[in-house]
Amino acid sequence: MLLRILKNDIGGKVFLLVLTAVIIAVPMLNQLPAEHPMHISIYTVTLLGKYLTYALLAVAVDLVWGYLGILSLGHAAFFALGGYAMGMYLMRQIGERGVYGHPELPDFMVFLNWQELPWFWYGFDNFGFAMLMVLLVPGVLAFVFGWFAFRSRVTGVYLSIITQALTYALMLAFFRNEMGFGGNNGLTDFKDILGFSLQADSTRLALFIASGIALALGYLSCRALVKSRLGKVAVAIRDAEDRTRFIGYKVEHVKLAVFTFSAVLAGIAGALYVPQVGIINPGEFQPLNSIEVVVWVAMGGRATLYGAVIGALGVNYAKTWFTAAFPEVWLFALGGLFVVVTLLMPKGIAGLFSRNKGGES
Amino acid sequence: MSGLLQRDRVYEFLVPKVVDNLDLTHGTVLYMEDVSVSFDGFKAINELNFYVESGELRCVIGPNGAGKTTMMDIITGKTRPDTGSVWFGQRMNLLRMSEPEIAQAGIGRKFQKPTVFEHHSVFENLEMAMTGPKGVWPTLVARLNSEQLGRIEQVADTIGLAEHITRNAGLLSHGQKQWLEIGMLLMQNPLMLLVDEPAAGMTHQEMDRTVELLTSLSGQHSVVVVEHDMDFVRALNSRVTVLHQGTVLAEGSMDQVQNDPKVIEVYLGE
Repeated sequence: MLLRILKNDIGGKVFLLVLTAVIIAVPMLNQLPAEHPMHISIYTVTLLGKYLTYALLAVAVDLVWGYLGILSLGHAAFFALGGYAMGMYLMRQIGERGVYGHPELPDFMVFLNWQELPWFWYGFDNFGFAMLMVLLVPGVLAFVFGWFAFRSRVTGVYLSIITQALTYALMLAFFRNEMGFGGNNGLTDFKDILGFSLQADSTRLALFIASGIALALGYLSCRALVKSRLGKVAVAIRDAEDRTRFIGYKVEHVKLAVFTFSAVLAGIAGALYVPQVGIINPGEFQPLNSIEVVVWVAMGGRATLYGAVIGALGVNYAKTWFTAAFPEVWLFALGGLFVVVTLLMPKGIAGLFSRNKGGES
Repeated sequence: MSGLLQRDRVYEFLVPKVVDNLDLTHGTVLYMEDVSVSFDGFKAINELNFYVESGELRCVIGPNGAGKTTMMDIITGKTRPDTGSVWFGQRMNLLRMSEPEIAQAGIGRKFQKPTVFEHHSVFENLEMAMTGPKGVWPTLVARLNSEQLGRIEQVADTIGLAEHITRNAGLLSHGQKQWLEIGMLLMQNPLMLLVDEPAAGMTHQEMDRTVELLTSLSGQHSVVVVEHDMDFVRALNSRVTVLHQGTVLAEGSMDQVQNDPKVIEVYLGE
């Protein structure tokens, strides 16, 4: 099964091997004494875990952009929604330990003088229910959004603009206190997950490993989809939509299915991101965030899936490094890097290894 | 109103909508009768009567603006005529069917400009065009069985692309792309193939191969070819219909129509 999915996918095999090695090695290196040169601090582990969730988001974007031709400039919205669902669970876990010590209401609700929990917060104290919402909320939103957008045959730049509007609208909505999601400050001050303290090293390691596993499974499911006939039809839609419709495929349905699946993946990435960074606020819905994901994918190499991972990790690592090395001009350095990669490597970093001239696997 | 007065027709409301079974007992696969269509007052098709026998190869020629492409558009449901009737077999009223329904019923059309999926191999192009369930789930879990595999190889062989089956369609020559597109039509098992200017931009060798291909397809399929190139039409050696100003000017073998004084007048000047 695994071998069949990865057949002819050399880049994917290398990537999964490296990922497995990282998932095993990083926790082990973390166990080394702090003065050892190979020691990896828990801060770095969490940082890497955060990057892995970004990578999963990038894979989700590459699935719709690289293979379906939909340039989604709003995927961070699905990421943030997954994150909010997780954040709501974590908020409910605080219990009486909040600043105001209210047994049920999160701090921000007490602060707003709310008397009881809004109905949409019900059930989030249950981990299983919250995880279901992590999948359902982004999935249902993507389904409804896609249903209208694809049925009215909105494509290309117009679709990109609508996705951008979607995430912007959500940002404005989540900024409002009345929405009941913490407004400007978002959800934060989390204490523990499934009874384990989020401050504990072991929990952080577990979250890092979970992110790695989620990335591996996300990659494999996307690769399986791309290799199926549905994946071929998706690429056909990307290249010649009308022709695909003409040979009998329901283009709208294919788009809707793949787009929804991609949104669910983005939601999972968001859910793993929030406990590692310890906060989720409306800033995550910023249109800029979604555009950045597209930049990662373009840098890494579109329509390769593993290229998206390379791009996400590469750009974020460069960001961290530039901010430390050139604190004054790091943005210019990063911008310069984008220009150089786009000019010299139109197929992204993955294009350097790929022998496939067709631009599609 | 005029429809009611025609004594050889049933009333409009008595005409059954879409029927599943194609009735070809009279050996005629396509009937176009008294079809007219005008665009902004310009009569693109004017009282056209056109019949295609099952299994026959037919060429449609005519000067630019004679209505050849419009005729194809009417058959495939892209354009609706103002008057007239179009029947597929004796029982399918094409004027009541949508484009996909007509395609499903067994009329395949090859457009002038070859559009194949450039980033897919020849094999994948044929695989995607194959008949069968095309919903999201069946497509996701689709596995080729040996029969389907055989069918793809057989069609690749028919269109002469068997040795290029793993190549990306984008790397094929212009002529090969045209054949691939015909192959994709064949994967849908059509009863009738409408082929729009297959020889355009082809080399002589490619043209000869195309003649062979189209001739071999007739018999099993009705093939209607619209073409400008007279050498190509002559090589096809089939019945020829000459269109002029949206109506049939002459019909018969190539020699017959070439010696027809009306045809000579239209083609050789005022």
